[in-house]
Amino acid sequence: MTFEASILVLTQKLGSSIIIEQDPNATPPTICVPTQRIAEVGQVLHENEKTYFDYLSCITALDNGPEASTLEVIYNLYSIPYHLQIMIKVLVNREKSGAPLPTVPSVSHIWRSANWHEREAYDLVGIDFTQHPDLRRILLPTDWEGYPLRKDYVVQQQYHGISIE
Amino acid sequence: MRLQKTGDGEVTLTQLEELLNWARRSSLWPMTFGLACCAIEMMGTYAGDYDLDRLGVIPRASPRQADVMIVSGTVTFKMADRIKRLYEQMAEPRYVISMGSCANCGGPYWQHGYHVVKGVDRIIPVDVYVPGCPPRPEALIGGILKLQEKIRQKGRTPSDIPEKPVNKI
Repeated sequence: MTFEASILVLTQKLGSSIIIEQDPNATPPTICVPTQRIAEVGQVLHENEKTYFDYLSCITALDNGPEASTLEVIYNLYSIPYHLQIMIKVLVNREKSGAPLPTVPSVSHIWRSANWHEREAYDLVGIDFTQHPDLRRILLPTDWEGYPLRKDYVVQQQYHGISIE
Repeated sequence: MRLQKTGDGEVTLTQLEELLNWARRSSLWPMTFGLACCAIEMMGTYAGDYDLDRLGVIPRASPRQADVMIVSGTVTFKMADRIKRLYEQMAEPRYVISMGSCANCGGPYWQHGYHVVKGVDRIIPVDVYVPGCPPRPEALIGGILKLQEKIRQKGRTPSDIPEKPVNKI
């Protein structure tokens, strides 16, 4: 099993439009897929005997800043039997101020470890994972305001009467 | 307190205030809790090599039984409410030792730590500040001795006693 073979499995199952971009020379090899289809991609990679990505190492959320106006979610998968790593990226647009958070389908029903990773991404970067069973803050207090790892984050003045700065 | 040897057995003359202060400083029971890496040093101080037991410092598992709170580590805003509540649950007289840079002033989180209370003295009164990141066990013992000294001085010569918070050691 190689990176190329995994791509082949994906395009055979989900069509060639599933790969927006790929970089086989990145470490680990990387593909970019349509945001709203990340759960399908995960399902195929997880279940197919030829790929068997049974381990979700990490989910990272990134803010590309107000100028680029996009957020990224990056999934690092590992196939234990084939000793193969792959990185999957999805891109979402930042919400306009006051609008609901950008949404990405949850993969927590495929890999249980995604549950807390997605909660962390929601907590710190502000990404709404749809179909997540329990999407609430995981590190910060429940009544915290804002998403601290956004580039344009401005910290609140006080928390429960204690000044922050 | 002065010991007077009479030859027929020993008599100790003292004032009630001094007797109470002697009792208080000789059994400073801290509340068992730690917040971050400072807590590791604190645990090392409790353990055999430094042996805080010999100073009468025996950790208690309940704030009701504790005399002193050693704030050992980073105070996050999420923890601040709990620390305040635990402090309020302690019976008086109660003392607070702020251990390490984080508890003293926010430490390395001073500038960008949106989640860190910039000094535990913003939520509870502090008696002794122990500097260090983290402080060595000797420094924590120094802080406890400082607190004992502070209790010893209490009620003796009012003009000598600094108001809370005291100067950093």
